[in-house]
Amino acid sequence: MRSGIRIAAALLWLLALPLPLSASQPALPNADDPVLEARLNALAVDLRCVVCQNESLAESRASLALDLREEIREMMRDGLTDEEVVESLVARYGDFVLYRPPVKPLTYALWGGPFVFLLIGIGVAAATLHRRRSMPESESISPEALRQAAWLLQSNDVSPGAQAPETPGGPRPPSSQER
Amino acid sequence: MRRWIPLFVVAALGVFLYLGLYLNPKEVPSPLVGQPAPDFSLPVVGRPGETFSPTDVRGEVWLLNIWAPWCSICLKEHRVFRELIGDEVPIYGLTWKDLDREAAPMLARNGSPYVKAVDDIDGRVAIRYGVTVTPETFVIDRHGVIRMKHVGPITPRVWDERFRPLLRELQT
Amino acid sequence: MIPELGQFLVMLALVIALVQGTVPLLGAQRRDERLMALGRPLAQAQFGLLLLAFCALAWSFLTHDFSVKNVAQNSFSQLPAIYRFTATWGSHEGSLLLWTLILAGWTAAVAVFSRQLPPEMVARVLGVLGLVSVGFIALLVFTSNPFERLFPIPADGRDLNPLLQDAGMISHPPLLYMGYVGFSVAFAFAIAALLSGRLDAAWARWSRPWTTAAWTFLTLGVALGSWWAYRELGWGGWWFWDPTENASLMPWLAGTALIHALAATEKRGVFTNWSVLLAIATFSLSLLGTFLVRSGVLSSVHAFAIDPTRGLFILAFLGLVVGGSMVLYALRAPRMVGGASFGWFSRESLLLANNVFLVAALGAVLLGTLYPLFLDALGLGKISVGPQYFNAVFVPLVAPVLFLVGIGPLARWKNASLPDLMWRLKAAFGVSLLTAALLPLTLEGMNLQVTLGLFLALWILFTVIKGFAQRLQHAGSDRWRKLLRLPRAFWGMQIAHAGLAVLVVGVTMVSNYEVERDVRMPIGSHVELAGYRFVFHGVEEVRGPNYLAGRATMDVTSPRGRTFTLYPEKRNYDASGMIMTQAAVNYGLFRDVYISLGDPLGDGAWTVRVYHKPFVGWLWAGALLLSIGGGLAAADRRYRMVLRRRREPEPEAVFTPAAAREVR
Repeated sequence: MRSGIRIAAALLWLLALPLPLSASQPALPNADDPVLEARLNALAVDLRCVVCQNESLAESRASLALDLREEIREMMRDGLTDEEVVESLVARYGDFVLYRPPVKPLTYALWGGPFVFLLIGIGVAAATLHRRRSMPESESISPEALRQAAWLLQSNDVSPGAQAPETPGGPRPPSSQER
Repeated sequence: MRRWIPLFVVAALGVFLYLGLYLNPKEVPSPLVGQPAPDFSLPVVGRPGETFSPTDVRGEVWLLNIWAPWCSICLKEHRVFRELIGDEVPIYGLTWKDLDREAAPMLARNGSPYVKAVDDIDGRVAIRYGVTVTPETFVIDRHGVIRMKHVGPITPRVWDERFRPLLRELQT
Repeated sequence: MIPELGQFLVMLALVIALVQGTVPLLGAQRRDERLMALGRPLAQAQFGLLLLAFCALAWSFLTHDFSVKNVAQNSFSQLPAIYRFTATWGSHEGSLLLWTLILAGWTAAVAVFSRQLPPEMVARVLGVLGLVSVGFIALLVFTSNPFERLFPIPADGRDLNPLLQDAGMISHPPLLYMGYVGFSVAFAFAIAALLSGRLDAAWARWSRPWTTAAWTFLTLGVALGSWWAYRELGWGGWWFWDPTENASLMPWLAGTALIHALAATEKRGVFTNWSVLLAIATFSLSLLGTFLVRSGVLSSVHAFAIDPTRGLFILAFLGLVVGGSMVLYALRAPRMVGGASFGWFSRESLLLANNVFLVAALGAVLLGTLYPLFLDALGLGKISVGPQYFNAVFVPLVAPVLFLVGIGPLARWKNASLPDLMWRLKAAFGVSLLTAALLPLTLEGMNLQVTLGLFLALWILFTVIKGFAQRLQHAGSDRWRKLLRLPRAFWGMQIAHAGLAVLVVGVTMVSNYEVERDVRMPIGSHVELAGYRFVFHGVEEVRGPNYLAGRATMDVTSPRGRTFTLYPEKRNYDASGMIMTQAAVNYGLFRDVYISLGDPLGDGAWTVRVYHKPFVGWLWAGALLLSIGGGLAAADRRYRMVLRRRREPEPEAVFTPAAAREVR
């Protein structure tokens, strides 16, 4: 009888224990050789899926893209270096397959262009700055202009393009017909 | 004078955009033209135990046509092959990824335009030929060098304008 | 009946646009008040007509009218109502109708909110906008009729592209178009200024709020496009340098340069010719964007159906508008540049520097986008220009701009003192640099990219605070009240710049520290990533309104023990048969957890990709702040000064130097 209670108590005790969260096993990487796969993906990001609208070989799920990835895997297993793999693809599909345009005479304008734009911009800016500096420091302001400025500052009528009246004599309040 | 520069730039851009309208951004020229045809050895469709390789036909001028049973345009192209081209030049077929094994019965049923068709079940040879769509056709000369690649179906007009002149030149 | 009505309304709108595009301009030329005054009512009428036409198309979609070709091609009987509505702009024709509607909307807005402008200016602006409308409506009527009927009437439609069935679709195109089209107003102001021969600071002040408003919308539009791609395309990327993305980025870059150049033009009357040119260029880039997306010239995930004849029409229109403007510029831009002088280190020169870098960056993006076309057109073969190129050239050109953001607002106009500024900012510089250099060390080790990004972000943040401090220097105890009463334009600038800093943090952190795992998951298995634990509970079949989906249940536990469940799906759409991955995202303040379902492996197991993306939300939060800043700046009170009648005679005005210094 007492052993029965002990067994029951032991069972209850077991039940009270927090069971391990998972009878679950850890998931396996989705590749037979993760190291190779990582190398493949690093390369595939820079390669274009030639049958897609504009996707990389790493992202595309197109049938040909998957075939090409398998082809690359094979080449890597055969011991080809990254450069050799890329070279082999370029030999079949041309430079089109490279997302990073190769630097060759055909693409000098492409790679050099932004730098040239910057130089042109800096040149124009420098010329502008030079011109602006050598402009007369501050043209002496005519009394007329001063009067205009004062009128504009103090008037309640704010309309861009409004002109203070030009009077040869002393300052005079503008008549109410003025805009 | 400087004020006319923007117009000049815009005009140049406009010319390129105009030209661009009539180009196809997805038509990729093949770097394989002028290169030896990649070698392979694949089983022949409908003839178990037999294989075919490009070296088998060295010394001939021939066409390699990439097709698939699930590609309806290819089947239409077969009619052009049978009716228009006939025996003018031998055509060999590369069956691309025929996973459902439909090539043999289909060729038997409709009549095969090919001297022989090979089975490229995993598509690896097609990749070696830089194939992106079906159908594609390669012209290979006597020395086993690829002389032309045509993407898309061969129509009578394409045959007259692109293939005939080249073949005439190669076959003499 | 209704589609025919819609078609008729569009044709009527074309007629109205023709009148609007000619009569007011004639009136301005001849100073005929009556002709000029016609601009306003015509603009409003055009808007009304196009609005009704748009409603007609939307009605056809909402009522499943498959006799309309557009509806048959882009809708489906089971398509949820909201997407039926958004499908109105889901096609080339429909989105073109939306474009014309929004153009008419901006035009009408200019007609209504321009009371304080001189009549010839208004007439010219509305006239130019009318001409632009003529082009677009003509395009609609002659080549891209959204109301075309289909016979025989199909039983059901072909469904909207599943990628478009998302919240992003509801918001991205309208906001993007509001931005694209909004720059037509800046363009119209520029043309009007050239036509009138008045190219001065006043012109800059008039066009500035419109330009800023358009920029605000474009910022939102581009940001939403990025967010949408993030959610819909399945691998959590947010920018691909895809030609259509570039098509929206280029006007944004030009627009950003423009709002900064206009600041100098308004305040100091400098860079007037440049501002005009830039205003024309910004809208031209909007038009170029439209062309690129619709003509099939460039290959992109995003492109509309390809049609060279349509492309030709758009190109001709583009050529006319841009070419015509450039001719006008060459002929009418003043040869004598006015404006004052400024020193080599001043706010003007810093704004100039801002423009230099932004325009160089713009040029780089344009070059990269069109280069494959250049080579192909010349018969030199085909190449691809991908993100690798753009990131390499864009970042070095934009980083200096970000640095300048810290200095520019603090520099005085005309002449600023570099040593003074350097001294005042030495703390900000030092702390930013130190923090940025040390932070990566606490994570994964030294990382120059992260250091650069964080430095720039902190630098901007500190200088923004400094900007406030400088303004409130003499406020004393009144500080908080004065803070709230600072001009909206100032608040707008500060918030926008701060938003830029937030965006930079987002970009830097997610680009450098995001992690993913691609695993095979049998039912009940788990995977760990960045301290998170994902448990896969299998995939069950679920029916959606117009699709059949495999829905996975993933229980996720955060490092701190919080749990949530995500349901990534793989959907098979009924009408089109297209298969789409619907990623499941848990959005967080400091990270996103992103799960994408792969392929079934048999026995209920599936391949799954899990991602941890730190700070990715800051990207869009930063963009939102940019928009808020822009909105505030556009709403600044000084733009809405109303004419008030004076009652009493003016007191004698006395000019004193002291009074002059008060004015900024």
